Amino acid sequence: MSTSTAPYEPKTNVGRITNYVDQRVGGSGMVREFGRKVFPDHWTFMFGEVALYSFVILLLSGTFLTFFFDPSMAETHYDGSYVPLKGVEMSMAYASSLDISFDIRGGLFMRQVHHWSALLFVAAMSVHMLRVFFTGAFRKPRELNWVVGATLLILGLAEGFTGYSLPDDLLSGNGLRIIDGVIKSIPIVGTYISFFLFGGEFPGTVIIPRLYVLHILLIPAFILLMIAIHLFMVVVHKHTQFAGPGRTNNNVVGFPVGPVYAAKAGGFFFIVFGVVALMAGMFTINPIWNYGPYDPSPISAGTQPDWYIGFVDGALRLMPGVWEFVIFGYTLSLNVLLPALVPAGILFALLFLWPWLEAWVTKDKREHHLLDRPRNAPTRTAIGVAGVIYYCVLWAAASSDLIATHFSISLNDVIYWLRALFILGPIIGFVVSKRIALALQRKDREIALHGRETGRIVRLPHGEFIEVHEPLDKYKQYKLVNFESHDVLPAQPNAEGKITKTEKARGLLSRIFFEDRVAPASPAEIRAAHAHGHGEVEGEREKKAEVSGH
Amino acid sequence: MARRNDGSPNTPDRVGTDGHAEVERFHDPGLPPHRPRLADKDPRAAKRAEKQVAILFLISIVGTILFFVGYFAIEIDEPGSSDLRLQNLLLGLGTAFAMFGIGIGIVHWAKTLMPDHEVVESRKPVTKESERAEAEQILGDIIEETGIKRRPLIRNTMLVAMILAPFPAIAIFRDLGPLPGDVLRHTMWDEGVRLTLDPTGTPIRASDVTIGSAVHVIPEGLNEAEHKLEEKAKAVVLLMRLNPEDLSPSEGREDWGYEGIVAYSKICTHVGCPVALYEQQTHHLLCPCHQSTFDLTQECKVIFGPAVRPLPQLPITVDAEGYLVAQSDFTEPVGPSFWERG
Ligand code: HEM
Ligand code: FES
Repeated sequence: MSTSTAPYEPKTNVGRITNYVDQRVGGSGMVREFGRKVFPDHWTFMFGEVALYSFVILLLSGTFLTFFFDPSMAETHYDGSYVPLKGVEMSMAYASSLDISFDIRGGLFMRQVHHWSALLFVAAMSVHMLRVFFTGAFRKPRELNWVVGATLLILGLAEGFTGYSLPDDLLSGNGLRIIDGVIKSIPIVGTYISFFLFGGEFPGTVIIPRLYVLHILLIPAFILLMIAIHLFMVVVHKHTQFAGPGRTNNNVVGFPVGPVYAAKAGGFFFIVFGVVALMAGMFTINPIWNYGPYDPSPISAGTQPDWYIGFVDGALRLMPGVWEFVIFGYTLSLNVLLPALVPAGILFALLFLWPWLEAWVTKDKREHHLLDRPRNAPTRTAIGVAGVIYYCVLWAAASSDLIATHFSISLNDVIYWLRALFILGPIIGFVVSKRIALALQRKDREIALHGRETGRIVRLPHGEFIEVHEPLDKYKQYKLVNFESHDVLPAQPNAEGKITKTEKARGLLSRIFFEDRVAPASPAEIRAAHAHGHGEVEGEREKKAEVSGH
Repeated sequence: MARRNDGSPNTPDRVGTDGHAEVERFHDPGLPPHRPRLADKDPRAAKRAEKQVAILFLISIVGTILFFVGYFAIEIDEPGSSDLRLQNLLLGLGTAFAMFGIGIGIVHWAKTLMPDHEVVESRKPVTKESERAEAEQILGDIIEETGIKRRPLIRNTMLVAMILAPFPAIAIFRDLGPLPGDVLRHTMWDEGVRLTLDPTGTPIRASDVTIGSAVHVIPEGLNEAEHKLEEKAKAVVLLMRLNPEDLSPSEGREDWGYEGIVAYSKICTHVGCPVALYEQQTHHLLCPCHQSTFDLTQECKVIFGPAVRPLPQLPITVDAEGYLVAQSDFTEPVGPSFWERG
């Protein structure tokens, strides 16, 4: 401490406490840094928070469950208070799950809190990821955080599946049986992995204790670590914001953490908890007592995995029964391996690589802290929509039997249609959503140039009728005209003056991405439009004229 | 979206402009003026908001009490009954109100009474280029001082050692499970093993199986077996009786059934779910997991769905007392394919 100035004397109680803490472990710097840190606000920024809060709820409710749950697969005869299962032979895991549901007060509530928040956790992560994708928040410098996020999604799926398997009821056992079948289809090592995982033949007596360790220790630890890294990076990068008047690539506009942002975000935790509690109180989830203990023989039709596993199950269903080969006495079961790995593999590969793919096509290495409105990046938006449709078709396929019975159509027809949709859906989705995005951009342009249509028709002195357009105020106008818009960047020669094959491919992609772009209205165009008073505008045509005029 | 040219650099129709060339920019009008809220201007509105927040917190307190009512005041005579549902509902509503009260209260407080002026903070670059250069220099020096580049002998031996060192960590997991051996090729079925009802284990007389019926079957003695679930996961069988003329057994299999009674493995050849649904009229077996459909009249050939192989048939006959028995084990492995299956 310095000697010349008078020592700092805290004047308030808060001051005395912080002083005490700071002299021992430091922390004033943190308060200075974060106390008034600015966070931009937008309703779409909420999904990440929902994911975080549902994870906290999972930790709390899951810890409660561990106090009563017994993961052993040892056989026992049920003698809890649920009469229909009295005396039935079952594993300790299933029996203790029943006890949690029926003989621990509030246990059923906690199980349902845990399960509902698990569903919410993965859902919120997925929507959060879509938000980040469609607004371009993954661009430099946030590519690595995008990868952390995608990893979290995978960990969430793994955590959910391991949890779903723990109660050892008929449904979860059948889920494991499917996993076992998929693992066995892996060439060369599949049978070994299956035997190692299950400690011998399926189902064995070790799988649930093993999944339990993964579920309550290993995977949550990883998730926690990833969340820490994720949030740390959010702080380092500062949050993105939507472009708008006063919001530039070089500033952050929003509310300070203390008090407004913290209050809103903190309050929001309680709201999320409230929603989960309401669901757990009112809607049954996973009524394991209806399914009975796991037994390899019975099964009930129309059962469903948790929603986030559906897309893999759907892929298994869509695959036609072909391509199982026996080569030199070994079986290659592509009818299982292919749908289990390829669709999910493509999805996650594209997901992880997307920031670099896009940066490669646009050759844009600048930092981006301003978000795109989805319409202002039509090709990216269209690719995202195609991906969502691809996923949703797989997901719907997991309910093919329910679709068939609900709409009284043949099960086989549902599968045929979904197979067609699996190929065509993403293409149609791409084309349609790109058209929509471009149309919205044209509309924005129109409004920026000519103002909003008022619906008032006026007759001019020389007899012509026109609709009166009300000019936009400068803030609204700025929002419509001030956005980034990439143009086609043809293949460039490298240092030796040659155009490489990859560069050619990049040029082609750039063309596909941006050739039908709608340019934002320029100041000159707005001046011209105002000088004419009105007049018809077509984005493309004006732009052509502008370009050829160069 | 058609490709209009070969993508050569002198494409005439478009030029990359944005972000590169000097483009006239719009003037940024800056943040819109702050609009004061009602509570900022009118002390009565502020007072009202204050009361609303307090009421929300009171609702939370009521919610907590409701939770305790649900927890302590509800006697559950019979689980699975409406008592449990009521208790669960009260716990849920109580917690929900307790949480909503606090959450909405705080958010309302923040929105109406805390300052809502937006603040502008400038972004600083994550790092400075000079620091990056310095870091590179330091790392370079560190590597230089180790001498690793000048002493390839050290480098190479270290690399090999480090590559090998993790292998024990993999090998130590060897005892997670036994090697597969040939257990997947065998089940409890054997010559003379009686077919019995699942789950009771009652033997089945051929004369008791009526045409059109389907019976879930386990081998005799399964319930006393040491590894009951593992054995059951391979040995479960579906027994059906058809008109013998509806069956068309292939060569060598003519005597695998008995007077129209046939037995097939119930474990789906796709990924192993029980094929539990039998459609009497069509003689189709349907697996509820991924809808593989097997045609009983064609020796359970796959006629729809992702499975490829037919369900294995269990050769059966009757013993002296008229009970159904197996002639042998299955003649091929049951259930999903695996690499060594062949
Ligand atoms: C991202 C986090 C998590 C997800 C997605 C998740 C998901 C699940 C799911 C779907 C179940 C089945 C629930 C049911 O019985 O219906 C489950 C069960 C369980 N989970 Fe989690 N969980 C998570 C974190 C945790 C944590 C952190 C713990 C403990 C510290 C935990 C402990 C348990 C226990 C003990 C069970 C078995 C309880 C029972 O079946 O009655 N979970 N989990
Ligand atoms: S397990 Fe039978 S169809 Fe997949």
